[in-house]
Amino acid sequence: MLLMQFSRESADFAPIDSWTQEELRAHIGFMRDTNVKLAGSGELVDAQGLAMPDTAKIVRSRADGAPVVTEGPFAETKEFLAGWWIVDCEEPGRAVEIATAISAAPGPKGEPLNMPIEVRQVMSGPPSDL
Amino acid sequence: MTRSGDTVNDLLRELAPQVVGVLTRRHGDFYAAEDAVQEAMLAAAAQWPAEGVPGSPRGWLIQVASRRMVDQVRNEQARRRREDLSARQVPADRLAAPPADEEDPAGHDDTLTLLFLCCHPSLSPASAIALTLRSVGGLSTAEIADAFLVPESTMGQRISRAKQRIRASGLPFRMPDRQDRPGRLDTVLHVLYLIFNEGYSSSAGPDLQRVELSREAIRLARALHALLPEDGEVAGLLALMLLTHARSAARTGPDGELVPLAEQDRTRWDAALVAEGVALITAALPRGPVGPYRLQAAIAAVHDEAPTADATDWPQILALYGVLESVSANPVVTLNRAVAASMVHGPAAALGILAELEADGRLAGHHRLYVVRAHLLEQAGDPAGAVENLRTAADRTASLAERHHLTLRAARLAAEAPPPPADGPPGP
Repeated sequence: MLLMQFSRESADFAPIDSWTQEELRAHIGFMRDTNVKLAGSGELVDAQGLAMPDTAKIVRSRADGAPVVTEGPFAETKEFLAGWWIVDCEEPGRAVEIATAISAAPGPKGEPLNMPIEVRQVMSGPPSDL
Repeated sequence: MTRSGDTVNDLLRELAPQVVGVLTRRHGDFYAAEDAVQEAMLAAAAQWPAEGVPGSPRGWLIQVASRRMVDQVRNEQARRRREDLSARQVPADRLAAPPADEEDPAGHDDTLTLLFLCCHPSLSPASAIALTLRSVGGLSTAEIADAFLVPESTMGQRISRAKQRIRASGLPFRMPDRQDRPGRLDTVLHVLYLIFNEGYSSSAGPDLQRVELSREAIRLARALHALLPEDGEVAGLLALMLLTHARSAARTGPDGELVPLAEQDRTRWDAALVAEGVALITAALPRGPVGPYRLQAAIAAVHDEAPTADATDWPQILALYGVLESVSANPVVTLNRAVAASMVHGPAAALGILAELEADGRLAGHHRLYVVRAHLLEQAGDPAGAVENLRTAADRTASLAERHHLTLRAARLAAEAPPPPADGPPGP
């Protein structure tokens, strides 16, 4: 699983709402091409972008089991998940390769963003010898 | 091969509601009939393309599904016998399958009854949609799951819960009483409308199956219109779908971004669908007191008939939104009326409508409110305010294509806007 984790600190590029139209267009086109390629190679399991954190809700169960729903994450939240890919690869190195390509998505002036992509293995069922 | 597969699928979808109807009337159990027909359909989809379609496909489906139902009854009875010897409740005559080619006594089409049953008001819209697509639309659980991007087992459970709910309601399989029909028809129209929108609003993504949902909604609306040709709102809904679907090819750009109505290449609209929709709504508009679907279709027709965005008859659209608001008041309609009002009376009047809407609170925080305000502020000569509203809207929409579109628009506007004055001009 490739997690596109964002924060103002870890991303050393200008916020997306300050990009020019051409820069945005190139970025959107890149993401689209990436998904088409991964689907073509049979490696794409799922890819989703998430709505912005302003729309998120935090749900907690109280001691009596009643839900407490708050509008969150709050203003001080520094990191948020922007989206993910789940890929099915021959070997772990390929997942790193795909993450590297995604990390280099074009940003301002068409230069690579080199944003951090967290790679995690999806847990599967118990091993067969258990 | 593919073509014959498609032909078989079309045939199966047309027959599905009829076969479910026959079996439900015969055995009095919609829950079991629906399951059995689904199995028979899957068997047919596997066999017919290779072995050819049987002489009486409907009879074949009824026979296979009947056999499954009888097996189910037998299994159920055996289980009961083991559990309780005294429980021999299933009458012997219900164990024997009637002749497979037996025609309906009334020879009528059950599709409408089935639609009313699946769009039961006690079901959530999501459940009613799933059940309608399966029982009336003849889609398999896997196909519906694909379209809604959920696992097949999840969709299977949703359908199963919906059927149990109908079973628990004790509703008989027959047309609702005359006095209940208008209310039930409203639910049916609403469910078809939701199926259409599910396909329409996501046609930008890589999920082509969802466009199929719009096609399926149109097919079901056509069937409903054929059954109730005199109903103005049914005709209105079908017209609305056709007039909206006609623009689908022009709605997305090369990168999958949304192209708003005013910027669409109108030569890419489907002229045949526009003509069909316009003819339908023209004939249906004067039929009885006008309802929300006919009014929305009329608005869509005014847009579709305009050769260019500038040549749109905005006073006509504004008047139609006014009527629509009086028939079915809802904040989104008011929002659309504000857009039309700005085209006729200028942005200031429209911003006033928006201020009222915001005070009312029902649309607070809704991304559409920011989109419309951005549009009005841009027209009013406040690009900076427009950019700010576009960015807020982009943060709040749940549609990736729309977010791309709004972010792009904000970027374009920010680039066009003159930079804020550095210092004041040197004064005398």
